[in-house]
Amino acid sequence: MSAPVRAAEAGLVGCHVCGLVVAAGDAQALGCPRCDSELQRRKPNSISRAWALLCAGLVCYVPANVLPVMHTMSLGDTNGGDDSTIMSGVIQFWQNGSQEIAVLIFLASILIPSTKFIVLGILLVCAGRRRSGRAVPARSVRLVRLYRFLEIIGYWSMLDVLVVGLVTAVVQFRGVSEAEPRVGIFYFGTVVILTMLATQSFDPRLLWDGR
Amino acid sequence: MRAHPELIACMSCDTVNRRPRLEPGEVAVCAACGGTLLRGHKSVQQLAALALTAAVLYLLANVTPMIGIDLSGRHSDTTLWGSVLAFTDHVTAPMALVVAMAIVVLPGLQIAILCWLSLFTLAGKRAPLFTDLMRAWQSLRPWCMVEVGMLGILVSYVKLKSLFHVDVGVGIWAMAGLAIVLTAVFPGDVQSLWSELEPSTDRDADPAAAAGPLPRSGPG
Repeated sequence: MSAPVRAAEAGLVGCHVCGLVVAAGDAQALGCPRCDSELQRRKPNSISRAWALLCAGLVCYVPANVLPVMHTMSLGDTNGGDDSTIMSGVIQFWQNGSQEIAVLIFLASILIPSTKFIVLGILLVCAGRRRSGRAVPARSVRLVRLYRFLEIIGYWSMLDVLVVGLVTAVVQFRGVSEAEPRVGIFYFGTVVILTMLATQSFDPRLLWDGR
Repeated sequence: MRAHPELIACMSCDTVNRRPRLEPGEVAVCAACGGTLLRGHKSVQQLAALALTAAVLYLLANVTPMIGIDLSGRHSDTTLWGSVLAFTDHVTAPMALVVAMAIVVLPGLQIAILCWLSLFTLAGKRAPLFTDLMRAWQSLRPWCMVEVGMLGILVSYVKLKSLFHVDVGVGIWAMAGLAIVLTAVFPGDVQSLWSELEPSTDRDADPAAAAGPLPRSGPG
């Protein structure tokens, strides 16, 4: 099999909006002839944008896990009710006999966000490193698989935010049993959004570019 | 500047591949990195049918209660919108906006755009605002979280069941149907609308372009 031709080397650009391949030459300022979008060889400032968003996410990650996400109060509570954090929610499910749900929440709220930080960090380091020659394709293929995995799992972390919304909306028996959201869920939702934006900003084609 | 409709560039690794003609259900993968290049897309009729089904389910899911609980003779239930409003009274108010976007506003917009584009294309006309709406659809899609919302309802059900008598509303079935219908709409199905109304010279590779110097494969 002959070596694959890469669009950038052949003077071609694939439009990121409509997918049309255009021979752009140096006339990159011109828009896509089909959809008039700006033609981009690579996503602009991909690596620095992704790093910035990832770091911001990491900052919010601490209060997201430490601060309570929900407050519940029921009749007879002498201590003014209970605060639960992300992790204590998982433990509560486990102790109530819903082990499957405990595992599910653990995956969505703890494992997926931490995986995103680690994997995107690895991708950014690998894509940003200067290479003397061409990138090793086999390694890049493995890395790009990780990237596609990140894109798929990203938004499932929103699960806990939606659960807090539904539970606090429905548990509204004034004076008997009430639930309220707490600020931790705000930080948690922010982590999910920032890491999704970071993943979107990253351009996997950089893994192949020798620089 | 020349367009090459007979080629496709891999968005994962930038390799240029020939754009294959696929039957629905077939998938073309990139020769270099194995990523999905293209899926055999649905017909415009199928896309329009899915869009209209989604619209009906969306309306049902938004007006009927999702989940309800009983406690000593008192009843409380919530709709999707209720779970948005739950955030508004507290320091968590910005999350109300996020949840509203993720499970109510953006899915609604996505479905409306889909109906608009597919019905106009079905009628053989280019929809007004075609380009803007195609672009909007593409950027909205990652932020529509109907499937996550569905899972959230199931988790909430289990969470509440240990404390209350829980009943499920009609909304939960509409939401489940909506999650399935929206999952069935692949990005490629919508992308195919770009070439649907173009003259056939663009679809079938133009001989002059095919003989051009660029698609030639070879070392380097």
